[in-house]
Amino acid sequence: MTPPVLRLDGVRKRFGDTEVLGGVDLTVAEHDVVALIGASGSGKSTLLRCVNLLERIDDGQIWLRDTDISDPRVHADRVRARIGTVFQQFNLFPHIRVIDNVTLASRRVLRIPRATAEATALELLDRVGLAGKAREYPDRLSGGQQQRVAIVRAIATNPELLLLDEITSALDPELVVEVLDLVRDLKNEGTTIVMATHEMAFARDVADRVVFLDGGVIVEEGPAAQLLREPREDRTRAFLARFLT
Amino acid sequence: MPASRETVSDVELGRRAYRRKQNARSVLISFVSTIVFAVIVWITIINTPGWNRVQRSFFDLETAIAAWPRVIAGLWINVQVLFFAVIGVLVLSVLLATIRTLRGPIWFPLRALAAAYTDLFRGLPLIIVLFLVGFGLPGLELFPRNSAQFWGTIALILTYSAYVSEVFRAGIEAVHPSQRLAARSLGLNHGQSMRIVVLPQAVRKVTPALMNDFVAMQKDVGLISVLGVVDAVRAAQIETAANFNFTPYVVAGLLFVLLALPMIRLTDWYTARLRAREQMGSLV
Repeated sequence: MTPPVLRLDGVRKRFGDTEVLGGVDLTVAEHDVVALIGASGSGKSTLLRCVNLLERIDDGQIWLRDTDISDPRVHADRVRARIGTVFQQFNLFPHIRVIDNVTLASRRVLRIPRATAEATALELLDRVGLAGKAREYPDRLSGGQQQRVAIVRAIATNPELLLLDEITSALDPELVVEVLDLVRDLKNEGTTIVMATHEMAFARDVADRVVFLDGGVIVEEGPAAQLLREPREDRTRAFLARFLT
Repeated sequence: MPASRETVSDVELGRRAYRRKQNARSVLISFVSTIVFAVIVWITIINTPGWNRVQRSFFDLETAIAAWPRVIAGLWINVQVLFFAVIGVLVLSVLLATIRTLRGPIWFPLRALAAAYTDLFRGLPLIIVLFLVGFGLPGLELFPRNSAQFWGTIALILTYSAYVSEVFRAGIEAVHPSQRLAARSLGLNHGQSMRIVVLPQAVRKVTPALMNDFVAMQKDVGLISVLGVVDAVRAAQIETAANFNFTPYVVAGLLFVLLALPMIRLTDWYTARLRAREQMGSLV
């Protein structure tokens, strides 16, 4: 049996005196789309940053397929190259063109020749309707376009896992749709995704599973439709009530 | 703009006429006030009791013409020194700034050395560095005998690199941490993130400050004259001593200003352009 793409085993993380993650267990199978929901400060973003090795965990283990990536002996840069990440603020590189943003990791980390990398990048940009913007600098694009470029940049290296950290939170409402449509497409192609989100409707539509975090622990997890419509836990119900009214 | 050929409302036409009138008025006022100001300053100076003596010993046309060939030949030396010093400073200061951002225990000695270097050479007056390097280092006889011009250039590089590396370091730190985060999350290592993502943005941020340091260096190259190099300053000194007339200093000074002006203007233009880009063409 192939191991799951991602497995968290009793993951703990503290910042000073605050425990941000208090023993999180989570398994993400191939082609799964898992949505992390919860209030600000519930630990969603920290969880994603721990998986991407941008934060060091204080206890537990994180497995990416059969690699224990919480082992200090693993080559962190190689692990990060296997994971795509999209940030809330896009974080595109403003001094290089869109196409160079997209091909940077392919060329510099995977050592793919420029011509091949650019062909792939143009194909991906074309699919999100941005091939015409390939030679522009990021600041000439709208927020929604920038975020779509950021997603393309994250998937250009064909990562095994895609992490999306509240990718629509910095966007104007009318731009949210174009970004979410792209994520829906990725799901349909079988991309394995873990996303922190505030878009409950979207989580219900796209996620296979929803995980509700509160105070750094998983309070409840289950199929999206069930958890969002008939949550079992009072805390989940209270949280959702605030959102859905 | 095709806008002027289209039909425009009367209100806009009125506004344009008003703005044109205001514009013409401002030009006229500034012209008149400049003339008045210059005349007042001029009259005040030429009516001071010592003006005739000062004019003879500082603004003597004949002395200026006589000193010109020597001073201009000296200035050429300054330009050469400046050219090599700028290259040296850019290389050394980027190196220093990068070393100071290295992490990991193995780099500690280098990091400490770079920090000590910037502390030392920002504290030392340039003139002392010139004396120590210009008269001290050749004494080691480590290298074949080099000219005073060579050692003067080295002294300038040593001092200015310490300042400029701090400017670069400030620029590196001014690049938002999220940029480094994004670079690392793509799998780039520390060195690649610095080289490809952070440094290019840092350089853009500090370019106006760097250009200003360049202007400062442009006149400090005159200090190599203390080593006996016959640059513009030294040449002026020689001419002054020969004629008991200070005009050659004025000539050298004016030449240095002329040398610096293009860079000063360029700095102003570039800074204004950066500001315009950030304000996106707003009025204030």
